[in-house]
Amino acid sequence: MTMLGDRQQLAYIASQAADARVNVELETEGMTLNIGPQHPATHGTLRIIARLDGEQVVWAEPSCGYMHRGYEKLTEVRTFPQVTALVNRIDWLGSFANEVPFILAAEQLMGIEAPPRAQWIRTILFELSRIANVSLVLGDLGVQLGAITPVFFAFRDREYVLNLIEGATGGRFHPNFDRIGGLKDDLPAGFIDETRAVMRKMRKFCDEIEGLLFGNEIFEARTRGIGVIPRDVALQYGLSGANLRGSGVDWDLRRDQKLPMAWDKVDWKVWTHPDGDSYARCWIRLQEVRESTLIVEKLLDSLPSGPVMAKVPRIIKVPEGEAWVSTENPLGEMGYYVVSKGELGPFRVKIRSASFNNISIVPWLLKGVYVPDIITILASLYFILGDIDR
Amino acid sequence: MLGLIAGIPYWAQSLLRVLGGIVAVLLPAGTIVYVFLFKMMSFMQSRLGPMEAGPFGSLQLFAEVGKWLQKEDLYPERADKFIFKMAPLIVLSSTFLLVAVVPFGPDAWFTNFEAGVFYALAVSSVSVLGILIAGWASANKYSLLGGLRGAGQLIAYELPMVLAVIGVVIQADTMNLQQIVVAQNAGSIFGWDGLGNPYILTQFIGFIIFMIAVQAELTQTPFDMPIAESELVSGYMTEYSGFRFLIFFISEFATAGVFALIASILFLGGWGVPFSWFGWTSIDSIDNWMNVVGPLIMFTKMMLLVFVIMWVRFSYPRFREDQLQRFAWKVLIPLSLVNIMATSVLKVAF
Amino acid sequence: MAKVPGLLKGLGVTLGTMVETVKKGANTVQYPHEKETPPIRARGVIALHEGNCTSCMLCARSCPDWCIYIEGHKELAPPRRAGGKPRQVNKLDRFDIDYALCMYCGICVEVCPFDALFWSPEYEYSEPRIADLLHDKAKLGEWMETVPEAPDLEAGAEKKGKK
Repeated sequence: MTMLGDRQQLAYIASQAADARVNVELETEGMTLNIGPQHPATHGTLRIIARLDGEQVVWAEPSCGYMHRGYEKLTEVRTFPQVTALVNRIDWLGSFANEVPFILAAEQLMGIEAPPRAQWIRTILFELSRIANVSLVLGDLGVQLGAITPVFFAFRDREYVLNLIEGATGGRFHPNFDRIGGLKDDLPAGFIDETRAVMRKMRKFCDEIEGLLFGNEIFEARTRGIGVIPRDVALQYGLSGANLRGSGVDWDLRRDQKLPMAWDKVDWKVWTHPDGDSYARCWIRLQEVRESTLIVEKLLDSLPSGPVMAKVPRIIKVPEGEAWVSTENPLGEMGYYVVSKGELGPFRVKIRSASFNNISIVPWLLKGVYVPDIITILASLYFILGDIDR
Repeated sequence: MLGLIAGIPYWAQSLLRVLGGIVAVLLPAGTIVYVFLFKMMSFMQSRLGPMEAGPFGSLQLFAEVGKWLQKEDLYPERADKFIFKMAPLIVLSSTFLLVAVVPFGPDAWFTNFEAGVFYALAVSSVSVLGILIAGWASANKYSLLGGLRGAGQLIAYELPMVLAVIGVVIQADTMNLQQIVVAQNAGSIFGWDGLGNPYILTQFIGFIIFMIAVQAELTQTPFDMPIAESELVSGYMTEYSGFRFLIFFISEFATAGVFALIASILFLGGWGVPFSWFGWTSIDSIDNWMNVVGPLIMFTKMMLLVFVIMWVRFSYPRFREDQLQRFAWKVLIPLSLVNIMATSVLKVAF
Repeated sequence: MAKVPGLLKGLGVTLGTMVETVKKGANTVQYPHEKETPPIRARGVIALHEGNCTSCMLCARSCPDWCIYIEGHKELAPPRRAGGKPRQVNKLDRFDIDYALCMYCGICVEVCPFDALFWSPEYEYSEPRIADLLHDKAKLGEWMETVPEAPDLEAGAEKKGKK
């Protein structure tokens, strides 16, 4: 409570100081603008309280929790298989990626490992959900900056990826395909050829977006040098994912961590950008979609044969213990700290979702920018409300 | 039009003019909305657009208008109600006033006004007033920001527009829009009169500046920050719904049409065809059928220009407010001044 | 070669897409007139094979949001062989799935030990009233006709016994 009080007090002092400054110069009053909870740019219910001096932000603070659904508490009254169905609603655009760290944590507690084919398919689906997720933000970026066409391209081409995920798992948005010990089922026939075709389409989509948006001088004028996060600040605020790599930190959990997944079995590149501005973050995302399509193709080449399910009991009881597993999700680092007491369900689950940490930098980042830049910065930070509020 | 209806009583003339004005405003607006907003935008985004109302969705606009007319007349509790209701009408009235000086043929015009260019540019800025009071009267912070942005932007881009037109006026030696059309079609390029002398060739820089300024005056992307739906919800239109929104909507696209008409008069030769084709020498010797063909030529040119405006709108992201002002004051205005200088020097030289 | 300005390139992309749409048709589907077939595995609606159900309640218990309602009673059926003892069978009185609550996770289909529940890719069962989304066992039984055969598996997969 004291922390919150201090913070509010500081914010109050800052606003007073801002008012004083404004009044000395021009005899005008500042204005408090509530961006959200219902606002086209917050794609969900994030509220940004911004104190404005004209169109310049004096201080801003995100106020989240409008969509809090209490996942950590919900998991305590559900069994392990039920939790997977729940957690893929956290980041609803890349839902398969949400299941994986939880399942890996449970597997770690049980001391089992999925068979190689299951690991490969998991990785493929993980990357597919990353492509579906990040390609949508590439289009959404255009809408936030005023261009309406890219988002239609994004929805058009993401559809192919979602069709792939639906064909394999049965669910477009919420696959619920991952099981402790492996996968629910093997891939359907024809999946590999279809995926290759779609990956080519996605690379063409990336080229289109690059032509329409990234090469555009107006886009560059809007994003270059806007919302610069220096390397050390990014590390201090605990950013992750493309936001961190956009600040020049070469850090990717897919590569830096030993997990029973197939990322280390193929060659791929971690993209970084030294600038740390909005353009860098968006550019990293674009490159990552391209890289993901390549990863998927390479994994399809080396897909091993065999079973997709390890030997697990029908009624799953996870032995007593604690485990922390995090993976590099589309939005950044996502991790589950699972505490089990040897029962059907977890005793406690702590969810570390990427967006919550990523928007913690917003008050620092928004100081002194203009109102349109708020939107640019929020779009380039890329959060999903479900991922912030859980 | 005076030439056509000179024989009938004054009240009937006025009525015909009003009806003609309504047609000249609503017909382009409806066509633009259907062809460009519904269909071209959809095709550019690999979809089909409205398909259900009428063949290929051609009656969709009527369905939309019907929907808007049914809606409750809402206004915010704290709004300044009288001014709030006035604002859309002011914006629309600027469109009607603008169309009054546009000539559609040798005799098909509403008013043949000597200072037509001057009048058109002056009247087009009336809409600033509407936007500003719409933003202020809504009692909404987003509307206020949008209204202020709109006022700043429209005033900033009024200037390059005027300066771009000055080049044309110098070259044509007249401010009468009808005379400008005649001057272009009766003119010749180094003695060759097969194309007349459309000023887009000699005043190309002026044309580009004029079109950019038109884009900004119409608050179309990349200059749509008064509306800026991702930042300011809907800018000065945030609180408007139903019938009042419909008026804003009509005036947005009608003004796009009228500005395209004016641009086609100033730079593309307006309603005329090169006079050498039919051996005409002056405006009096033009055959009467041009009064029918002229509006069609105008319409074609308007659609062409609106296509460019809309194409840019659907492809680009938007500028930031300060970048927009910087672009107007530091790039467009100096450029148009240089253009005027060059035009006057060349005018004296030739 | 000189670099094409990004502004022109952007215009080229939109124009190219427009030409492509006019030539090849749009990527969208005019829904009520033409329909996409969902994949075989698509989780559209749950079908109930009533004869296989023993009202064991496993599905109702494993449902994460408890949207399955089952009531049953035990009955004596005539013996299989003449002169034998009458058998005890579980009769299903009520089997409702509330699709207003269901989150289509598929756990019930998976836990069913007697293959009484199946996924069908049908999706057109929206209702004007939310209460009508409660499908009873007769309606769930009707969906059985739409249940497809399981798809073939991709090369390299190990055949499994499960449907």
